Amino acid sequence: MTLDLAQREAHWRKTRNLTIGHLIVWFVFSFVVHGLAVPLNEINFFGWPLGYYFAAQGSLAIFVIQLFLFNKQQEKIDREFGVAED
Amino acid sequence: MSLFKMDGKDFISNLPKIYAIYTGGFLLFFALMAVLEQAGLGADTIGILFIAFTIAIYAMIGVLSRTMQVEAYYVAGRSVPPVFNGMATAADWMSGASFVALAGGVFMGGHGYMAFIVGWTGGYILVSTLMAPYLRKFGCYTVPDFIGTRYGGKTTRLLAVLVLVIASFTYVTAQINATGTIAARALNIPFEAGVWFGLAGILVCSMLGGMRAVTWTQVAQYIVLIFAYLIPVFWMSIVQGFGPLPQLSYGGAVERIMELEPIVGVGTLTATESFAGLATLTTLHATPADGAMAAWKFIALAACMMIGTASLPHILMRYFTTPSVRAARNSVAWSLFFIFLLYFTAPALATFSKLQLLDPTLPTAIIGQPIESVLALDWIQKWSAIGMLAISDSNGDGILQINEFFLRADIIVLATPEMAGLPYVISGLVAAGGMAAAMSTADGLLLAIANALSHDLYYKIIDPKAETRKRLIVARVLLLVIGAAGALVASLQLTGILGAVAWAFCFAMSGLFFPLVLGIWWKRANRPGAIAGMAVGLGVGTWYLYMVYAGGMTPWIGLDHLRFGIVGASASLIAMVVVSLMTKEPDAETQAMVDEVRIPRGETIISSKS
Repeated sequence: MTLDLAQREAHWRKTRNLTIGHLIVWFVFSFVVHGLAVPLNEINFFGWPLGYYFAAQGSLAIFVIQLFLFNKQQEKIDREFGVAED
Repeated sequence: MSLFKMDGKDFISNLPKIYAIYTGGFLLFFALMAVLEQAGLGADTIGILFIAFTIAIYAMIGVLSRTMQVEAYYVAGRSVPPVFNGMATAADWMSGASFVALAGGVFMGGHGYMAFIVGWTGGYILVSTLMAPYLRKFGCYTVPDFIGTRYGGKTTRLLAVLVLVIASFTYVTAQINATGTIAARALNIPFEAGVWFGLAGILVCSMLGGMRAVTWTQVAQYIVLIFAYLIPVFWMSIVQGFGPLPQLSYGGAVERIMELEPIVGVGTLTATESFAGLATLTTLHATPADGAMAAWKFIALAACMMIGTASLPHILMRYFTTPSVRAARNSVAWSLFFIFLLYFTAPALATFSKLQLLDPTLPTAIIGQPIESVLALDWIQKWSAIGMLAISDSNGDGILQINEFFLRADIIVLATPEMAGLPYVISGLVAAGGMAAAMSTADGLLLAIANALSHDLYYKIIDPKAETRKRLIVARVLLLVIGAAGALVASLQLTGILGAVAWAFCFAMSGLFFPLVLGIWWKRANRPGAIAGMAVGLGVGTWYLYMVYAGGMTPWIGLDHLRFGIVGASASLIAMVVVSLMTKEPDAETQAMVDEVRIPRGETIISSKS
């Protein structure tokens, strides 16, 4: 392994920050929006009450998009430090 | 037939072609059944043909994938491409309960029940960001293999096996139960016979080829189950005038239900009679219950399902089968996409199903109609005859009210095609889909248990010198024994499907979540800490479950028996951190190992160690 200690730490720092960022988004759409379901339901979203919509579809769709995005970002970090697989 | 040679590069590059032919063949079979139904073939025969045809195909794949190589048996040769591993994981993941009971739960339980949907999808964010890529880099065969190597020592490995067996066995009995129920109904055999028939099907898929066979049958099962779930919903949506893409347009149907609810008295009229196992609709469809407690219960349930997802060994081990760390990550994203297709459809199914019963302008409506005409409906008669549904004119006015219509939530998915007046071929398709969902999950679970016992208990602890042939024979014998034990427990019908499923998640998160996550993310975590984390988590979780479920204790802050994992996992975290900090930090070699896990490139940890 050609990676020196400083680079190793920088790679891990970036990876960790990316993970934390995604976990914050995850937390919001897993818990916060559902905790606020009652007020959100006052808003009409193409026929759906918004609070219901998040539980039935919105949060789920965001999770899917989030994972594909996460893969792209992690791959970029790995390439930057030359630790991606060939 | 070089197409079916399950080895080498050719097979992998032919996969899209093979499964395209398979999907085409399945749809052709479906069309043939539809034609034969019009020509007068009976409903019973159609049901039998659907089950027999699909199981015969799974069995064929299972036999063709037989192997005597350790790498192929445990991790499918680490050669499964991300999209296909995504489909296999989705089938592994979506159990009989997801397929059969989820939409019914939303139908009866409204917003509160959707915590399961959020939980069973959001968990994959944790799998991808915290677990799967790192475990793949580790190169283990089983989840206890990671625990045993990262922390060292036989006690850690043994405890991990114990948690795995408890969680997975709880889960697998529910799945064998589901295969038994569906087989019994479709083939007209007694439930006990259905259970053993289901087990035989499950074992044919996994015995000979282990993980490799299970992978390729699960892909086939995913294709069947997703068509079986989507086709009836699309059909109903077109019939009810919501267009061909119901998931994007059923907002109007939700609005209409919310308009009708005060008129028919949902939430205000309660039943004056009772039927065992049946209930009337009293929960509003899209309106969440008010108050902080209701919000907390939603969040707590979603959290249990998510953290449980990231700790369940039969899911995590699917990501050991990919060719690389990057492929493991990609395949988590594909898994979630394929799971999403079913889960974002379930509330739509519940909505259409409810609207067609409530809306007086639709010909399928029953609420507000004369009792006599409702009792004359075929599907009402059929489901009442087996005690899954009841109609009773409690107030004697000759009109069916919402509090006079009793049903079991589980039947919604299976009965919806009949309510909508769809031909029987759809019901046959749905039965095959439910069977595929239950079988694929049972396969994954049985394999997880048998592999942990054969690899971690037998090979790593009892007889480390055992030769390959012997190890693989032990693995198969264990599969048979555990399968039989599961079928035996299932035939006793001790727990409802849903209760057992939620418990499995809570057991897994109590005992495994923090030892796994901290093993990757916290270098300071050491062996005594991991032992404390697993033992205390499992112990406290089990104690709490016993106390609230059977011991008569009042649940703490609304954490009932479905949510006991919150208590167990919290205890596990505290014990693991406190004990790790009180004892010596791990040696330099272990810390270097953790550093190595964090970098995708290079040899797996286990192969470079041995």
